[in-house]
Amino acid sequence: MSGKPRLTYINGRGRMESIRWLLAAAGVEFEEIFLQTREQLLKLGQDGSLLFHQLPLVEIDGMKLVQCRAILSYIAGKYNLYGKDLKERALIDMYVEGISDLMQLILMFPFSPPEAKEKKIATIAEKATERYFPVFEKVLKQHGQDFLVGNRFSWADVQLMEAILAVEEKVPSVLSGFPQLQAFKTKMSNMPTIKKFLQPGSPRKPPPDENYVATVMKIFKLD
Amino acid sequence: MAGKPKLHYTRGRGKMESIRWLLAAAGVEFEEEFIEKKEDLEKLRNDGSLLFQQVPMVEIDGMKMVQTRAILCYIAGKYNLYGKDLKERAWIDMYVEGTTDLMGMIMALPFQAADVKEKNIALITERATTRYFPVYEKALKDHGQDYLVGNKLSWADIHLLEAILMTEELKSDILSAFPLLQAFKGRMSNVPTIKKFLQPGSQRKPPSDEKSIANVRKIFNI
Repeated sequence: MSGKPRLTYINGRGRMESIRWLLAAAGVEFEEIFLQTREQLLKLGQDGSLLFHQLPLVEIDGMKLVQCRAILSYIAGKYNLYGKDLKERALIDMYVEGISDLMQLILMFPFSPPEAKEKKIATIAEKATERYFPVFEKVLKQHGQDFLVGNRFSWADVQLMEAILAVEEKVPSVLSGFPQLQAFKTKMSNMPTIKKFLQPGSPRKPPPDENYVATVMKIFKLD
Repeated sequence: MAGKPKLHYTRGRGKMESIRWLLAAAGVEFEEEFIEKKEDLEKLRNDGSLLFQQVPMVEIDGMKMVQTRAILCYIAGKYNLYGKDLKERAWIDMYVEGTTDLMGMIMALPFQAADVKEKNIALITERATTRYFPVYEKALKDHGQDYLVGNKLSWADIHLLEAILMTEELKSDILSAFPLLQAFKGRMSNVPTIKKFLQPGSQRKPPSDEKSIANVRKIFNI
Protein backbone atom coordinates (compact mmCIF):
# COMPACT_ATOMS: atom_id res chain seq x y z
CA MET A 1 0.00 0.00 0.00
CA SER A 2 1.56 3.26 -1.07
CA GLY A 3 0.86 6.77 0.12
CA LYS A 4 2.83 9.22 2.13
CA PRO A 5 5.51 7.93 4.49
CA ARG A 6 4.25 7.87 8.05
CA LEU A 7 6.55 8.79 10.93
CA THR A 8 5.90 7.64 14.49
CA TYR A 9 7.78 9.40 17.29
CA ILE A 10 7.22 11.93 20.02
CA ASN A 11 6.47 15.55 19.21
CA GLY A 12 10.04 16.74 19.25
CA ARG A 13 13.32 16.53 17.37
CA GLY A 14 15.21 13.65 18.92
CA ARG A 15 16.32 10.92 16.56
CA MET A 16 13.52 11.60 14.09
CA GLU A 17 14.55 15.12 13.12
CA SER A 18 17.25 14.08 10.63
CA ILE A 19 14.62 11.94 8.90
CA ARG A 20 12.20 14.88 8.73
CA TRP A 21 14.99 17.01 7.26
CA LEU A 22 15.87 14.46 4.59
CA LEU A 23 12.30 13.80 3.50
CA ALA A 24 11.58 17.51 3.41
CA ALA A 25 14.75 18.28 1.47
CA ALA A 26 13.78 15.56 -1.02
CA GLY A 27 10.39 17.27 -1.40
CA VAL A 28 8.52 14.32 0.07
CA GLU A 29 5.36 15.00 2.06
CA PHE A 30 4.85 12.84 5.11
CA GLU A 31 2.43 12.19 7.95
CA GLU A 32 3.32 12.07 11.62
CA ILE A 33 1.96 10.23 14.63
CA PHE A 34 3.07 11.62 17.99
CA LEU A 35 3.16 9.30 20.97
CA GLN A 36 2.16 10.82 24.28
CA THR A 37 2.15 7.87 26.67
CA ARG A 38 4.36 4.90 27.44
CA GLU A 39 1.38 2.63 26.92
CA GLN A 40 1.20 3.68 23.29
CA LEU A 41 4.85 2.72 22.83
CA LEU A 42 4.38 -0.64 24.51
CA LYS A 43 1.33 -1.33 22.38
CA LEU A 44 3.36 -0.70 19.22
CA GLY A 45 5.93 -3.14 20.53
CA GLN A 46 3.27 -5.78 21.12
CA ASP A 47 1.76 -5.18 17.67
CA GLY A 48 5.05 -6.31 16.18
CA SER A 49 5.46 -2.90 14.56
CA LEU A 50 8.82 -2.21 16.16
CA LEU A 51 11.55 -4.61 15.17
CA PHE A 52 13.70 -3.85 18.22
CA HIS A 53 10.99 -2.24 20.34
CA GLN A 54 12.45 1.18 19.63
CA LEU A 55 11.54 4.36 17.82
CA PRO A 56 11.89 6.05 15.33
CA LEU A 57 9.50 4.10 13.13
CA VAL A 58 8.88 5.07 9.51
CA GLU A 59 6.26 3.28 7.45
CA ILE A 60 7.27 3.62 3.84
CA ASP A 61 6.75 1.52 0.70
CA GLY A 62 5.06 -1.27 2.63
CA MET A 63 7.89 -1.57 5.16
CA LYS A 64 8.01 -0.70 8.84
CA LEU A 65 11.53 0.71 9.00
CA VAL A 66 13.33 1.27 12.27
CA GLN A 67 16.89 2.34 13.13
CA CYS A 68 17.72 5.89 12.01
CA ARG A 69 20.61 5.04 9.77
CA ALA A 70 18.66 2.33 7.97
CA ILE A 71 15.77 4.74 7.45
CA LEU A 72 18.00 7.60 6.29
CA SER A 73 19.97 5.33 3.92
CA TYR A 74 16.76 4.07 2.36
CA ILE A 75 15.38 7.56 1.83
CA ALA A 76 18.71 8.81 0.45
CA GLY A 77 18.88 5.88 -1.96
CA LYS A 78 15.28 6.17 -3.06
CA TYR A 79 15.40 9.90 -3.75
CA ASN A 80 18.81 9.96 -5.44
CA LEU A 81 20.60 11.74 -2.63
CA TYR A 82 23.24 9.04 -2.21
CA GLY A 83 25.78 9.77 -4.94
CA LYS A 84 26.23 8.13 -8.32
CA ASP A 85 28.45 5.19 -7.36
CA LEU A 86 30.02 3.29 -4.48
CA LYS A 87 32.86 5.77 -4.01
CA GLU A 88 30.57 8.80 -3.81
CA ARG A 89 28.42 6.84 -1.42
CA ALA A 90 31.51 6.15 0.68
CA LEU A 91 32.26 9.88 0.91
CA ILE A 92 28.65 10.67 1.79
CA ASP A 93 28.67 7.93 4.44
CA MET A 94 31.91 9.24 5.97
CA TYR A 95 30.66 12.79 6.10
CA VAL A 96 27.27 11.80 7.50
CA GLU A 97 28.82 9.56 10.16
CA GLY A 98 31.15 12.33 11.28
CA ILE A 99 28.32 14.84 11.48
CA SER A 100 26.27 12.23 13.35
CA ASP A 101 28.92 12.07 16.04
CA LEU A 102 28.65 15.85 16.47
CA MET A 103 24.84 15.71 16.44
CA GLN A 104 24.97 13.03 19.13
CA LEU A 105 26.39 15.62 21.53
CA ILE A 106 23.49 17.93 20.74
CA LEU A 107 20.98 15.09 21.04
CA MET A 108 22.16 14.22 24.54
CA PHE A 109 22.54 17.81 25.72
CA PRO A 110 18.99 18.36 27.05
CA PHE A 111 19.42 15.34 29.32
CA SER A 112 22.55 16.53 31.06
CA PRO A 113 22.22 17.97 34.56
CA PRO A 114 22.04 21.81 34.75
CA GLU A 115 25.50 22.15 36.29
CA ALA A 116 27.07 20.22 33.40
CA LYS A 117 25.38 22.18 30.64
CA GLU A 118 27.91 24.98 30.32
CA LYS A 119 30.75 22.53 29.95
CA LYS A 120 28.80 20.52 27.37
CA ILE A 121 28.23 23.62 25.26
CA ALA A 122 31.96 24.26 25.38
CA THR A 123 32.60 20.69 24.20
CA ILE A 124 30.12 21.08 21.35
CA ALA A 125 31.77 24.34 20.32
CA GLU A 126 35.22 22.78 20.49
CA LYS A 127 34.33 19.67 18.52
CA ALA A 128 32.46 21.67 15.91
CA THR A 129 35.20 24.24 15.36
CA GLU A 130 38.24 21.97 15.71
CA ARG A 131 37.21 18.57 14.45
CA TYR A 132 34.17 18.68 12.20
CA PHE A 133 33.59 22.06 10.56
CA PRO A 134 37.22 22.40 9.38
CA VAL A 135 36.80 19.18 7.40
CA PHE A 136 33.80 20.46 5.45
CA GLU A 137 35.27 23.94 5.07
CA LYS A 138 38.28 22.33 3.44
CA VAL A 139 36.21 20.03 1.21
CA LEU A 140 34.19 22.96 -0.12
CA LYS A 141 37.28 25.12 -0.58
CA GLN A 142 39.20 22.41 -2.41
CA HIS A 143 36.64 21.61 -5.08
CA GLY A 144 34.93 25.00 -5.12
CA GLN A 145 31.55 23.41 -5.77
CA ASP A 146 28.23 24.15 -4.13
CA PHE A 147 27.72 20.67 -2.72
CA LEU A 148 29.93 18.38 -0.67
CA VAL A 149 30.00 15.36 -2.99
CA GLY A 150 29.92 14.90 -6.73
CA ASN A 151 28.81 18.44 -7.56
CA ARG A 152 25.31 17.39 -6.70
CA PHE A 153 22.89 17.79 -3.81
CA SER A 154 23.09 14.80 -1.46
CA TRP A 155 22.23 13.51 2.00
CA ALA A 156 25.58 14.84 3.22
CA ASP A 157 24.57 18.42 2.42
CA VAL A 158 21.24 18.05 4.22
CA GLN A 159 22.90 16.55 7.28
CA LEU A 160 25.56 19.26 7.39
CA MET A 161 22.94 21.99 7.09
CA GLU A 162 20.94 20.48 9.95
CA ALA A 163 24.08 20.29 12.08
CA ILE A 164 25.14 23.87 11.36
CA LEU A 165 21.75 25.22 12.45
CA ALA A 166 21.62 22.97 15.51
CA VAL A 167 25.08 24.03 16.68
CA GLU A 168 24.31 27.70 15.99
CA GLU A 169 21.36 27.44 18.36
CA LYS A 170 23.88 26.69 21.12
CA VAL A 171 26.89 28.62 19.82
CA PRO A 172 25.62 31.50 17.68
CA SER A 173 29.00 32.59 16.37
CA VAL A 174 30.25 29.10 15.54
CA LEU A 175 30.62 29.78 11.81
CA SER A 176 32.68 32.93 12.26
CA GLY A 177 35.91 31.23 11.16
CA PHE A 178 34.31 29.35 8.28
CA PRO A 179 33.48 31.50 5.24
CA GLN A 180 32.80 28.51 2.95
CA LEU A 181 30.31 27.09 5.45
CA GLN A 182 28.62 30.47 5.76
CA ALA A 183 28.13 30.55 1.99
CA PHE A 184 27.02 26.91 2.05
CA LYS A 185 24.45 27.69 4.74
CA THR A 186 23.04 30.54 2.66
CA LYS A 187 22.85 28.43 -0.50
CA MET A 188 21.15 25.57 1.33
CA SER A 189 18.67 27.94 2.97
CA ASN A 190 17.63 29.13 -0.46
CA MET A 191 17.00 25.72 -1.98
CA PRO A 192 13.23 25.63 -2.43
CA THR A 193 12.51 22.47 -0.42
CA ILE A 194 14.78 23.49 2.43
CA LYS A 195 13.51 27.06 2.39
CA LYS A 196 10.01 25.69 2.81
CA PHE A 197 11.12 23.45 5.69
CA LEU A 198 12.70 26.41 7.45
CA GLN A 199 9.48 28.41 7.42
CA PRO A 200 7.01 28.45 10.30
CA GLY A 201 4.29 25.84 9.99
CA SER A 202 6.58 23.20 8.50
CA PRO A 203 7.09 19.78 10.13
CA ARG A 204 10.40 21.01 11.52
CA LYS A 205 10.36 20.74 15.31
CA PRO A 206 11.51 23.42 17.75
CA PRO A 207 14.60 23.01 19.95
CA PRO A 208 14.03 20.63 22.87
CA ASP A 209 12.62 22.19 26.03
CA GLU A 210 11.78 20.87 29.51
CA ASN A 211 8.49 19.50 28.27
CA TYR A 212 10.28 17.46 25.59
CA VAL A 213 12.74 16.05 28.13
CA ALA A 214 9.92 15.09 30.47
CA THR A 215 8.02 13.36 27.66
CA VAL A 216 11.09 11.41 26.57
CA MET A 217 11.85 10.30 30.11
CA LYS A 218 8.25 9.20 30.60
CA ILE A 219 7.76 7.36 27.34
CA PHE A 220 11.19 5.76 26.94
CA LYS A 221 11.64 5.21 30.67
CA LEU A 222 15.22 6.45 30.77
CA ASP A 223 16.97 6.43 34.12
CA MET B 1 46.93 2.57 -6.00
CA ALA B 2 45.55 -0.97 -5.88
CA GLY B 3 46.72 -3.66 -3.51
CA LYS B 4 45.39 -5.14 -0.33
CA PRO B 5 43.30 -2.99 2.00
CA LYS B 6 45.35 -1.75 4.94
CA LEU B 7 43.78 -1.45 8.37
CA HIS B 8 45.00 1.04 10.97
CA TYR B 9 43.97 0.32 14.56
CA THR B 10 45.21 -1.12 17.83
CA ARG B 11 45.87 -4.85 18.13
CA GLY B 12 42.52 -5.42 19.78
CA ARG B 13 39.01 -5.99 18.50
CA GLY B 14 37.31 -2.71 19.23
CA LYS B 15 35.55 -1.04 16.33
CA MET B 16 37.83 -2.64 13.75
CA GLU B 17 36.83 -6.23 14.41
CA SER B 18 33.58 -6.09 12.40
CA ILE B 19 35.64 -4.81 9.47
CA ARG B 20 38.11 -7.69 9.81
CA TRP B 21 35.17 -10.12 9.87
CA LEU B 22 33.57 -8.66 6.77
CA LEU B 23 36.75 -8.58 4.71
CA ALA B 24 37.63 -12.09 5.80
CA ALA B 25 34.15 -13.43 5.03
CA ALA B 26 34.36 -11.78 1.61
CA GLY B 27 37.63 -13.63 1.04
CA VAL B 28 39.64 -10.41 0.88
CA GLU B 29 43.21 -10.50 2.16
CA PHE B 30 44.23 -7.41 4.10
CA GLU B 31 47.23 -5.91 5.87
CA GLU B 32 47.26 -4.36 9.30
CA GLU B 33 49.34 -1.58 10.82
CA PHE B 34 48.98 -1.54 14.58
CA ILE B 35 48.86 1.51 16.80
CA GLU B 36 50.95 0.37 19.77
CA LYS B 37 51.53 3.71 21.47
CA LYS B 38 50.22 7.26 21.53
CA GLU B 39 52.90 8.47 19.14
CA ASP B 40 51.60 6.13 16.44
CA LEU B 41 48.16 7.75 16.64
CA GLU B 42 49.68 11.22 16.69
CA LYS B 43 51.66 10.44 13.57
CA LEU B 44 48.53 9.37 11.69
CA ARG B 45 46.81 12.55 12.81
CA ASN B 46 49.70 14.81 11.85
CA ASP B 47 50.01 13.10 8.48
CA GLY B 48 46.45 14.19 7.76
CA SER B 49 45.44 10.56 7.32
CA LEU B 50 42.46 10.67 9.65
CA LEU B 51 39.54 12.75 8.41
CA PHE B 52 38.09 13.28 11.90
CA GLN B 53 41.29 12.47 13.83
CA GLN B 54 39.93 9.04 14.68
CA VAL B 55 40.47 5.37 13.90
CA PRO B 56 39.44 2.90 12.50
CA MET B 57 41.00 3.95 9.24
CA VAL B 58 41.15 1.65 6.23
CA GLU B 59 43.20 2.38 3.12
CA ILE B 60 41.19 0.87 0.29
CA ASP B 61 40.88 1.64 -3.42
CA GLY B 62 42.86 4.84 -3.14
CA MET B 63 40.77 6.17 -0.26
CA LYS B 64 41.64 6.62 3.40
CA MET B 65 38.27 5.65 4.78
CA VAL B 66 37.20 6.40 8.32
CA GLN B 67 33.98 5.88 10.31
CA THR B 68 33.25 2.22 10.92
CA ARG B 69 29.83 2.17 9.32
CA ALA B 70 31.01 3.95 6.18
CA ILE B 71 33.83 1.44 5.81
CA LEU B 72 31.55 -1.55 6.36
CA CYS B 73 28.95 -0.21 3.90
CA TYR B 74 31.63 0.25 1.25
CA ILE B 75 33.03 -3.25 1.69
CA ALA B 76 29.55 -4.78 1.71
CA GLY B 77 28.64 -2.92 -1.47
CA LYS B 78 31.88 -3.73 -3.23
CA TYR B 79 31.78 -7.46 -2.50
CA ASN B 80 28.07 -7.99 -3.15
CA LEU B 81 27.10 -8.55 0.45
CA TYR B 82 24.53 -5.74 0.51
CA GLY B 83 21.45 -7.26 -1.07
CA LYS B 84 20.14 -6.92 -4.61
CA ASP B 85 18.08 -3.72 -4.26
CA LEU B 86 17.16 -0.85 -1.96
CA LYS B 87 14.63 -2.83 0.03
CA GLU B 88 17.01 -5.71 0.75
CA ARG B 89 19.60 -3.12 1.70
CA ALA B 90 17.12 -1.60 4.14
CA TRP B 91 16.59 -4.97 5.82
CA ILE B 92 20.31 -5.61 6.00
CA ASP B 93 20.83 -2.14 7.48
CA MET B 94 18.14 -2.72 10.11
CA TYR B 95 19.51 -6.10 11.12
CA VAL B 96 23.08 -4.76 11.29
CA GLU B 97 22.03 -1.79 13.43
CA GLY B 98 20.52 -4.26 15.92
CA THR B 99 23.66 -6.39 16.17
CA THR B 100 25.73 -3.19 16.31
CA ASP B 101 23.76 -2.01 19.35
CA LEU B 102 24.22 -5.39 21.04
CA MET B 103 27.95 -5.64 20.31
CA GLY B 104 28.42 -2.01 21.32
CA MET B 105 27.14 -2.82 24.79
CA ILE B 106 29.61 -5.70 25.07
CA MET B 107 32.53 -3.64 23.76
CA ALA B 108 31.94 -1.03 26.44
CA LEU B 109 32.24 -3.53 29.32
CA PRO B 110 36.03 -3.57 29.79
CA PHE B 111 35.98 0.18 30.36
CA GLN B 112 33.41 0.09 33.12
CA ALA B 113 33.78 -0.12 36.90
CA ALA B 114 33.12 -3.56 38.40
CA ASP B 115 29.65 -2.82 39.78
CA VAL B 116 28.46 -1.09 36.60
CA LYS B 117 29.93 -3.93 34.56
CA GLU B 118 28.03 -6.56 36.51
CA LYS B 119 24.77 -4.70 36.06
CA ASN B 120 25.41 -4.29 32.36
CA ILE B 121 26.26 -7.94 31.80
CA ALA B 122 22.81 -8.79 33.17
CA LEU B 123 21.27 -6.14 30.93
CA ILE B 124 23.14 -7.44 27.87
CA THR B 125 21.96 -10.98 28.55
CA GLU B 126 18.40 -9.75 28.88
CA ARG B 127 18.57 -7.64 25.74
CA ALA B 128 20.19 -10.41 23.73
CA THR B 129 17.52 -12.95 24.67
CA THR B 130 14.46 -10.70 24.70
CA ARG B 131 15.14 -7.91 22.20
CA TYR B 132 17.74 -8.97 19.65
CA PHE B 133 18.03 -12.73 19.16
CA PRO B 134 14.27 -13.25 18.94
CA VAL B 135 14.22 -10.96 15.90
CA TYR B 136 16.77 -13.02 13.99
CA GLU B 137 15.28 -16.33 15.12
CA LYS B 138 11.90 -15.17 13.81
CA ALA B 139 13.37 -13.91 10.52
CA LEU B 140 14.92 -17.31 9.87
CA LYS B 141 11.75 -19.10 10.94
CA ASP B 142 9.44 -16.96 8.81
CA HIS B 143 11.24 -17.59 5.52
CA GLY B 144 12.89 -20.89 6.33
CA GLN B 145 16.01 -19.93 4.39
CA ASP B 146 19.66 -20.25 5.34
CA TYR B 147 20.40 -16.53 5.29
CA LEU B 148 18.73 -13.52 6.81
CA VAL B 149 18.00 -11.54 3.64
CA GLY B 150 17.27 -12.49 0.06
CA ASN B 151 18.29 -16.13 0.35
CA LYS B 152 21.90 -15.11 -0.05
CA LEU B 153 24.89 -14.51 2.22
CA SER B 154 25.04 -10.86 3.21
CA TRP B 155 26.70 -8.49 5.65
CA ALA B 156 23.77 -9.09 8.02
CA ASP B 157 24.62 -12.79 8.37
CA ILE B 158 28.31 -12.14 9.00
CA HIS B 159 27.54 -9.46 11.57
CA LEU B 160 25.02 -11.72 13.33
CA LEU B 161 27.55 -14.55 13.57
CA GLU B 162 30.08 -12.15 15.07
CA ALA B 163 27.47 -10.97 17.58
CA ILE B 164 26.48 -14.51 18.52
CA LEU B 165 30.07 -15.55 19.18
CA MET B 166 30.77 -12.39 21.15
CA THR B 167 27.67 -12.85 23.30
CA GLU B 168 28.54 -16.53 23.86
CA GLU B 169 31.89 -15.43 25.25
CA LEU B 170 29.87 -13.65 27.91
CA LYS B 171 27.36 -16.43 28.50
CA SER B 172 28.06 -19.70 26.76
CA ASP B 173 24.46 -20.96 26.68
CA ILE B 174 22.95 -17.73 25.41
CA LEU B 175 21.49 -19.50 22.36
CA SER B 176 19.75 -22.21 24.36
CA ALA B 177 16.27 -20.94 23.47
CA PHE B 178 17.09 -20.28 19.82
CA PRO B 179 17.33 -23.49 17.78
CA LEU B 180 17.39 -21.75 14.41
CA LEU B 181 20.21 -19.46 15.51
CA GLN B 182 22.13 -22.50 16.69
CA ALA B 183 21.71 -24.06 13.25
CA PHE B 184 22.60 -20.71 11.65
CA LYS B 185 25.77 -20.53 13.72
CA GLY B 186 26.73 -24.04 12.62
CA ARG B 187 26.13 -23.29 8.94
CA MET B 188 27.88 -19.96 8.95
CA SER B 189 30.90 -21.35 10.78
CA ASN B 190 31.33 -23.77 7.90
CA VAL B 191 31.32 -21.16 5.14
CA PRO B 192 34.90 -21.67 3.88
CA THR B 193 36.08 -18.07 4.29
CA ILE B 194 34.53 -17.82 7.73
CA LYS B 195 35.84 -21.23 8.77
CA LYS B 196 39.32 -20.04 7.87
CA PHE B 197 38.85 -16.83 9.88
CA LEU B 198 37.76 -18.84 12.91
CA GLN B 199 40.93 -20.92 12.91
CA PRO B 200 43.99 -20.07 15.01
CA GLY B 201 46.51 -17.96 13.15
CA SER B 202 43.91 -15.87 11.36
CA GLN B 203 43.66 -12.12 11.77
CA ARG B 204 40.73 -12.47 14.15
CA LYS B 205 41.59 -10.81 17.44
CA PRO B 206 41.08 -12.32 20.91
CA PRO B 207 38.88 -10.71 23.57
CA SER B 208 40.70 -7.84 25.28
CA ASP B 209 42.71 -8.44 28.44
CA GLU B 210 43.59 -5.98 31.20
CA LYS B 211 46.96 -5.10 29.70
CA SER B 212 45.55 -4.24 26.26
CA ILE B 213 42.73 -2.20 27.83
CA ALA B 214 45.25 -0.22 29.85
CA ASN B 215 47.19 0.48 26.66
CA VAL B 216 44.05 1.55 24.81
CA ARG B 217 43.21 3.96 27.63
CA LYS B 218 46.68 5.45 27.33
CA ILE B 219 46.64 5.78 23.55
CA PHE B 220 43.17 7.32 23.33
CA ASN B 221 43.18 9.23 26.61
CA ILE B 222 40.14 7.42 27.99
